[in-house]
Amino acid sequence: MTNAVGAARPRIEGRAKVTGAALYAADVPVPGLAFGVVVLATVSRGRVRDVGVCAVQGMPGVLGVIDHRNAPRLDPAAGGFFGPDGQLQLLQDEVIPFAGRPVALVVAETLEQARAAAEALPVIYDEEPHDTAFTADHPASRPAVTIFDEPVDVGDVAAELAASRVVVEERYRTPEEHCSAMEPHSATAWWEGEHLEAIDSNQGPFSVARTLATLFSLSPDLVRVRTEHVGGGFGSKGLCGPQLILAAMAARLFGRPVRVTLTRAQVFLATAMRPATDQLIRIGADADGGLRAIHHEAAFEISPLVEYLEGCTELTKTLYAARAIRTRLSAVPLDILPPYSMRGPGAAPGSFALESAMDELAERLGMDPLELRLRNEPVAGPVSGLPFSSRNLVACLREGARRFGWDTRDHRPRTRREGPLLVGTGLAATSFSAGAFPSSATITTEADGTFTVAVGATDLGTGARTALTAIAADALAVGTDRIRLRISDSGLGPAWGAGGSRGTTSWGWAIIEAAEKLRGQGRRGTVTADTTSSLGGLPSLERHAFSAVFTEVTVDPMTGEVRVRRLLGMFAVGRVVNPLMARSQVVGGMIGGLSMALHEEGLRDPVSGRHVNADFAGYHIAAHADVPDIEADFVPDHEPGIPMGVKGAGEIGNVGTAAAIANAVWHATGVRQRSLPIRLDRVLE
Amino acid sequence: MTNHHRSVISLQVNGVPHRLDVDNRTTLLDALREDVGHTGPKKGCDHGQCGACTVLLDGRRVVSCLTLAVAAEDAEVTTVEGLAGDGELLPLQRAFIGLDGFQCGYCTSGQLCSAAGMLAEHAAGWPSAVTADVSPDGPAPVLDAAEVRERMSGNLCRCGAYPSIVRAVLETAARKEIAG
Repeated sequence: MTNAVGAARPRIEGRAKVTGAALYAADVPVPGLAFGVVVLATVSRGRVRDVGVCAVQGMPGVLGVIDHRNAPRLDPAAGGFFGPDGQLQLLQDEVIPFAGRPVALVVAETLEQARAAAEALPVIYDEEPHDTAFTADHPASRPAVTIFDEPVDVGDVAAELAASRVVVEERYRTPEEHCSAMEPHSATAWWEGEHLEAIDSNQGPFSVARTLATLFSLSPDLVRVRTEHVGGGFGSKGLCGPQLILAAMAARLFGRPVRVTLTRAQVFLATAMRPATDQLIRIGADADGGLRAIHHEAAFEISPLVEYLEGCTELTKTLYAARAIRTRLSAVPLDILPPYSMRGPGAAPGSFALESAMDELAERLGMDPLELRLRNEPVAGPVSGLPFSSRNLVACLREGARRFGWDTRDHRPRTRREGPLLVGTGLAATSFSAGAFPSSATITTEADGTFTVAVGATDLGTGARTALTAIAADALAVGTDRIRLRISDSGLGPAWGAGGSRGTTSWGWAIIEAAEKLRGQGRRGTVTADTTSSLGGLPSLERHAFSAVFTEVTVDPMTGEVRVRRLLGMFAVGRVVNPLMARSQVVGGMIGGLSMALHEEGLRDPVSGRHVNADFAGYHIAAHADVPDIEADFVPDHEPGIPMGVKGAGEIGNVGTAAAIANAVWHATGVRQRSLPIRLDRVLE
Repeated sequence: MTNHHRSVISLQVNGVPHRLDVDNRTTLLDALREDVGHTGPKKGCDHGQCGACTVLLDGRRVVSCLTLAVAAEDAEVTTVEGLAGDGELLPLQRAFIGLDGFQCGYCTSGQLCSAAGMLAEHAAGWPSAVTADVSPDGPAPVLDAAEVRERMSGNLCRCGAYPSIVRAVLETAARKEIAG
């Protein structure tokens, strides 16, 4: 009865999700609701000269228009991880910092009326010259503000490269990519006196409520944000989104509940994206494959509105032993949507560069790319010198190779043909940092023998509800049927959001500490635990999940079409809380990686600077027909510093897959793919 | 006074008749969600590009965001809420739960309705773009993974539950076959 952790169980909310009963933010019935439709700037830089409110004020059902002239004032101090966030300062002035910036909200009795008025609303701009063209050598480029992934210099990279038998020096590029969760961002807000209530689709109701309180200059206890079911986030719902800020403004001005749901185009244009990157890699090795030096320099784009860091070089400090390692990150401010974390931030584009370069090195050394990786396994953190808490990359590589049948591979390119198709295989190794953030949990013993476990978690589809129920059951040594889990509410106490592959570790830790306290007081009453001090006592170690991804692709040189025929991932993610859901999560991550490799590319018109493929017809994400059956499994692994031994599995699936596919395309064709996505025109012969 | 912007229509939703006074611009999706109160069908793109709003209209799958409510007058609409009726889940729904055919669940209503419609299309002998022999007297297409993937490609899933969805659909089809 106490081994819920480790058991493959279906999702607790499964029935609700297959019957349509699960309510997402735009589904919750609210009496007296009005609808707000957002109007976005159509120029890439400039000023709003006029918003023609009188043209729509008399349209049927229209309650009014909010623009920079009548919007409630917001506190400019509001922000998040990266400091004050200018993207939150909506409708505060006439300045347009990027195309897609909200310039007005039209509110009406019905959705149709609001949409018609929003489409009819004349907005006149004074355009200014813009710059949305990202290049690594852009004159505005400057060192990134590194609150993590700091620049490092270990050893003498120049001397080691000079002494190397083989040196690979190449640039790798990844485009703007969009999280594209299936649920568009939606918020419904209303005021109860001085209390602000909201139902919002986000990844962390506690932090979002805090930000909202700061924005509206309210005491945090006056703001409550709930988010029962969330239709995916992948990073794009990590912040206090425009839908929520605008809904709260409208609810105040019009004195009734207002629902603001972004259109799909607006999700692309106004929420968050992964920035384009341009990365230089120089790797030098001896003839036996031993690495002498890795130099990894990554440039990415940002917006002047808010600092951001795409930590592309983080796994370069983790994966391989080398005598010298040098990393640099630079940011190029442009007139673009502020970038933000997208599933596998930093690591996904970073590993594409590093693991492609490693494959090129193996080619030039005439080595098996698997052997090259095994040969450079470090005994301690290559930069930090700290021991690894646990490191099972070799197990992933060896077991993956065994299952894939890697040993029969002819490592020469362009040797396999099946009719008109070229066939190739490739692999990539990867890591993703593991850890936890402070969270709190409250457990109450109920009279009927059940336990109410309250934690400010949210379930974006990660399976948090099911995993935390199992963790609570084991911690209290009772069956899962005696756990009543409450999540998705900012009122449940401080908690980390769903992100950074740290949801289960952060929330589960708090639940375990609360359960220990409750057991210590005879399982009676209510206890609250906060993990802040426990986390502070965690010794400094290299803590990472690892994986190895193997793939087989076919390439049609006549059409340029690449199809992934086989995809296999072996993962070391600490203890697996629920194998059924964890497998789904890493398989989903690998599909995200496949999509990144072959399909995804936000495109800008060079003249207007605008994003021109802001829908699912133009911005392709992998569909059923793109995806083969996928093999994924876990090697035994354990994280000693975190209760239950969990590391987190949310993002590592995304990482590595793109490089494995690019390497397989080289193996099939003999041509390197150093820019993503691997479009038809880049493959066509 | 006649309002030329509105119409009163009859819709049969999951077997229940509804009389609705709708804005002529209202899509079937918005009518179901906002007027009937069935929020199972989801708005993922409002452009017919993602399939989250898929419902069955007189037994055939349609994207309800590209269907005007007034154009569905008198039609029989089945949403995800109506798949199981009041009681037991369909084998398809049970397979989605057991095989973990969803994560966030936002596309699930559409995937389920689409799969139900697709299985009926296949049973009626309809070919797909990957069916090898599409001649009128050709054999009935065998529903393998490639056929399911092709036929389900109008339903996007960003969590990446595709392999489990395909397995759930194939398992359901196999059960039907066994049951005859």
